[in-house]
Amino acid sequence: MILQAIAFWVFASITVAAAVMVISAKNPVHSVLFLILAFFNAAGLFVLLGAEFLAMILIVVYVGAVAVLFLFVVMMLDINFAELRQGFLQYLPIGLLVGLVLLVELAVVVGGWVISTDATARATAKMPAVDQVPNTDALGQLIFTHYLYLFQGAGLVLLVAMIGAIVLTHRSRPGVRKQNISDQLARDPKETIEIRKVQSGSGI
Amino acid sequence: MAEFWTAYLWPLLWIVIKILAIVVPLLLAVAYLTLAERKVLSAMQMRRGPNVVGPFGLLQPIADGMKLFFKETIIPSGANRGVFILAPMLTFSLALIAWAVIPVGAGLVLSDLNVGILYLFAISSLGVYGVLMAGWASNSKYAFLGGLRSAAQMVSYEVSMGFVIITVLLVVGSLNLSDIVMAQKGSFGMFNWFWLPLLPMAVIFFISTLAETNRHPFDLPEAEAELVSGYNVEYSAMTFALFFLGEYANMILMSAMTSILFLGGWLPPFDIAPFTWIPGPIWFALKIAFCLFIFIWVRGTFPRYRYDQLMRLGWKVFLPISLAAVVIVAGFLVTFDLVPA
Amino acid sequence: MDGLLREYLPILIFLAIATGLALVIVTTSYIVARQKPDAEKVSPYECGFPPFNDARRQFDVRFYLVAILFIIFDLEVAFLFPWAISLGGIGMLGFWSMMIFLGILTIGFIYEWKKGALEWE
Repeated sequence: MILQAIAFWVFASITVAAAVMVISAKNPVHSVLFLILAFFNAAGLFVLLGAEFLAMILIVVYVGAVAVLFLFVVMMLDINFAELRQGFLQYLPIGLLVGLVLLVELAVVVGGWVISTDATARATAKMPAVDQVPNTDALGQLIFTHYLYLFQGAGLVLLVAMIGAIVLTHRSRPGVRKQNISDQLARDPKETIEIRKVQSGSGI
Repeated sequence: MAEFWTAYLWPLLWIVIKILAIVVPLLLAVAYLTLAERKVLSAMQMRRGPNVVGPFGLLQPIADGMKLFFKETIIPSGANRGVFILAPMLTFSLALIAWAVIPVGAGLVLSDLNVGILYLFAISSLGVYGVLMAGWASNSKYAFLGGLRSAAQMVSYEVSMGFVIITVLLVVGSLNLSDIVMAQKGSFGMFNWFWLPLLPMAVIFFISTLAETNRHPFDLPEAEAELVSGYNVEYSAMTFALFFLGEYANMILMSAMTSILFLGGWLPPFDIAPFTWIPGPIWFALKIAFCLFIFIWVRGTFPRYRYDQLMRLGWKVFLPISLAAVVIVAGFLVTFDLVPA
Repeated sequence: MDGLLREYLPILIFLAIATGLALVIVTTSYIVARQKPDAEKVSPYECGFPPFNDARRQFDVRFYLVAILFIIFDLEVAFLFPWAISLGGIGMLGFWSMMIFLGILTIGFIYEWKKGALEWE
């Protein structure tokens, strides 16, 4: 139990510290690296809650895929840091507003727990018992049947993301020669090779 | 005090001993894998390979290690020092901690996670960071281009690896690695292992591991002819050695994954007398050695792929085939009512 | 719950040992070996002349596209993991709901194939 408490405080404090470093680091690449550290510790917190599947998926998807994209973007951009900092005061009110909205949302969620004590029980009523079914299986039993429409909605969101990414970034360059493997394989030797008898002493 | 000892200190010490029992053989295996690679390659090219240091060159890896140890650690002037040092350490540590969930025998595993295969998938998806960070922090064109290429390549093949793992999971019905091995136990011995029923998937998985570890014929990130040595061009001494160790430890890890998913882990090839006398960990090691030999064999045999061919193979061949395989395997299991409960 | 966490403790210790080992290897080598840097030695690798421009420059937008497509397929795999495990318990409804999901994403895959987004030259 003590070990668990220590682990919680270590993970939680590193998460918060890393999150602060994300917005205060001067170099954007360092920001992304601190973001990854924050994700890692959040995964540790999930494990402490017993949500091991969620912890692993957080690492696979966010650290293994999303943060790689961030790193690509940040490494490639020629960012002028001085210019970036100029807008700070201008955007500060909007940033504070967004933060405030998130804070209110959090307060509403926590308040819901405090006021209606059976809210958690009602929300988790569909779930199989945690100690009998591993949570990957438990998730699978709910997502694909009970939350069918949300699941298909997620599929549509991914489709839109895929098409959007191609529309925005794909440029086909004219005049580039590409390897066409089916053309290469379909080529008939008869069309390209001609065998001639050459008499000695005379050319073709 | 005595209670403190039995309740906390002794279990912790026991865990540390178990970890050392994994790390020490692993590092030795890595050292001798480098020698084995040179010996096998030289045999394929009708040469002798290293044979000066020690009998049959057996002390060669130790000499190499000592040499690297006493070299100067060069940090380029334009480099980002922190990230530059962090990158090889990250590669090395990730290659080690993945072994925490690998079962080397029945019940012989450091931490028997419910989500073992997912843990391995997560750790292998992090491998791209060492490369990307090294390429960026070096502040050298060759390293940067090598890092980028490598990242795009590893990412492309990870998708098809994920789909292949799904096909195995459909048959097993569990994410636990020991369960995956035990599901391959049957009356036909080695013909019960998943390499036969899922043969195309086993081939795709193995080729994807070649690409994932940046090995021949997919070693474009370190194509000497154009990128000098790729992402690790600016590294020297032990920082370079950590990359090297990490890369070879990853090869062993990928071979272990192939053995667990498709070659029946620690199970003997036939469940009869002379085969069952040999303990499980030895069978497991033999299977890993077999996979590693194929790694080296491929290096000795095939020419390097071009980058567009590499991307084509990953996205246009492996991805559709493995995606279709997921649908086919699931459909087959559901139709014939074979889904594991 | 406690049993679950007990399986994760060795990983945490392993992580600490692995990082410590890497740190020890690098620092002892740094201390033991002779360090004598000079301006030429620590310059970036190039064939005999100083690099013309910054190494970190803009690169092909294709690398983004690969990364974005990877995220999408990775999410698909993330959905497939629980499905593969619980297929026995969710019956035909679960099976067909995943088939529709995969069908939607296959449409996207065909679109990107036809658009030539998967081609490199």
